[in-house]
Amino acid sequence: MYRYDDFDHRFVDERVAQYRDQVRRRLAGQLSEDEFRPLRLMNGLYLQLHAYMLRIAIPYGVLNSAKLRKLAHVARRYDRGFGHFTTRQNLQLHWIKLEDTPDILAELASVEMHAIQTSGNSFRNITTDPFAGVAADEIEDPRPYAEIIRQWSTLHPEFSFLPRKFKIAVSASAEDRAAVKMHDLGLYLRRNEKGETGFEVLVGGGLGRTPLLAHSIKPFVARRDLFSYLEAVLRVYNRYGRRDNLYKSRIKILVQSLGPAKFAAEVEAEWRATDRDAVALPDNYIAEIASGFELPDYDRSPADEQALEQAIADNPAFARWAKHNVTAHKVPGHAVVTISLKPVGETPGDCSADQMDLVADLADELSFGEIRVAYEQNLVLPNVRRDRLFGLWQRLDAAGLGSSNIGLASDIICCPGMDYCSLATARSIPVAQRLARHLAGREDEIGRFSIKISGCINACGHHHLGNIGILGVDKNGEEVYQITLGGDAGNGAAIGQIIGPAVKSDDVTGAIDRLIAAYEKLRQGEERFPETYRRVGAAPFKEALYAAR
Amino acid sequence: MQLVTGNRLRDGKVVYFAGGETWSPAIDDALLVEDDRAETLLREALAGSVPRPAVGPVLIEAVRANGRIHPLSLRERIRASGPTTGPTAEPLIGTASESGG
Repeated sequence: MYRYDDFDHRFVDERVAQYRDQVRRRLAGQLSEDEFRPLRLMNGLYLQLHAYMLRIAIPYGVLNSAKLRKLAHVARRYDRGFGHFTTRQNLQLHWIKLEDTPDILAELASVEMHAIQTSGNSFRNITTDPFAGVAADEIEDPRPYAEIIRQWSTLHPEFSFLPRKFKIAVSASAEDRAAVKMHDLGLYLRRNEKGETGFEVLVGGGLGRTPLLAHSIKPFVARRDLFSYLEAVLRVYNRYGRRDNLYKSRIKILVQSLGPAKFAAEVEAEWRATDRDAVALPDNYIAEIASGFELPDYDRSPADEQALEQAIADNPAFARWAKHNVTAHKVPGHAVVTISLKPVGETPGDCSADQMDLVADLADELSFGEIRVAYEQNLVLPNVRRDRLFGLWQRLDAAGLGSSNIGLASDIICCPGMDYCSLATARSIPVAQRLARHLAGREDEIGRFSIKISGCINACGHHHLGNIGILGVDKNGEEVYQITLGGDAGNGAAIGQIIGPAVKSDDVTGAIDRLIAAYEKLRQGEERFPETYRRVGAAPFKEALYAAR
Repeated sequence: MQLVTGNRLRDGKVVYFAGGETWSPAIDDALLVEDDRAETLLREALAGSVPRPAVGPVLIEAVRANGRIHPLSLRERIRASGPTTGPTAEPLIGTASESGG
């Protein structure tokens, strides 16, 4: 993990002191809300329906046990004892008092955390693969590059007034587990024919009101040219991106209006005119950052596979968990464990302070103190010996964290919706809870499936990328839900298509049940929902959905 | 009819304008006025000493039924009573018709 140097400590401490004075002046009436609002947003503090909400940055979703314990402490002392992990791999606390926020930020700074650039027209949290560094299918650990981009993009003076927010994702694996194509800018680590590492650059993805997938504009940018190429992209966006219309201000609209080829040509021209040597990324700097992400000292003795197999044979619930929540590790004898934050009937992504403390303890005991946050709103222990899996599961299960539904229908991505969010037009959490309860018994029959729910068009719940997407909207004072089909994240990314008229809240569960039943009837072999949908089209699903009306 | 609501500056709690410089967390304390007096009520809420106790004061529609005040929109009913689910869930304040009004 990257460790702060003296500059970082001083910078974050100064920022806390600066913010403390801003809060003091606001509470004393020396700053109006109009003056204070941009200042609090720069520090991740929103005002939502019931209270202030603090969005805490978790750079590329990487935590250690000390940071997670601090988050638990903050949730317990300053909030209501729980937090909500987001689709940007961050943590939101929904019951924060303004007067407490300087102390909270000081507490976070003590473990090298902050809430800077979790709001506003800035570079947001850089996201990456939650299995980074340990995935069996990656060509190189993407975390050092995510950290390098984080440093480059934090308060970058040239890009401090972008037309709109800007989201970057980095992936280095054959399987895209970072939803790269839905980002303003996505980077896939690639190797060229000489075996050198570089980046394929994709631009113009995003969800919200105008969902679009990113286009590849450069097949290979050498590592040393990373900054100069990123700056060229950002300069073109800064120059031509629209500031006159909020709904057309994201880079995806610019790429769409110019066309990907023209946009790429603009970037290329800008890049060619840049003094690339001036901002070249030196190998020794990459190596210095990468040294913070070296693999731990694994016990490479063979794991007791026989005991594991016996535990699987004796415990069907553990067997199911081991099947769905455990992933191959690149070091033999080890596994990557995903801890589901989707207990059936609970709020997706929520985690109590006690659960955070437990996960921190388990990380110390079993995972070299490392924890990751997945954008699907789950946690990951990346370094667990296989012969410790059964004991781990027992302790997780006893704390309500033993759900074995990763990648299944109840592993629902869901935004906070109108139960918390001031932008929401409908509730999303109760819909997710009802659906999870309804589908829980037959998830294994359904197989890999994604349901994603947003409580407004801003799409924090990624509904466009759900095999089934659900968007809550207000229709004459009533919550109704628009359904999209065929969406997918990752390698086969696709934007779901609206199937027809929205359904009432009470009808959502039945509607999704009928759609899934139709899929089970129509699918061929191991075909996943998006494949079936592309093959047969919308008609049979439309018939299944609306026949009962 | 309408009333003025906002969020309390120091902690963000939902509050309702009760007249003078008083803001209350209880919706039943709110001043509920006819639509033609609403803008005047909002001006009163925006006046007073600095800092104002509430952030983002706005007018919302509500009715009085059986001695209780009921916001008309679901959003404002959720604001008045709290999240409808999760560890901090509260019973959702009813509509006027549900209260028999």
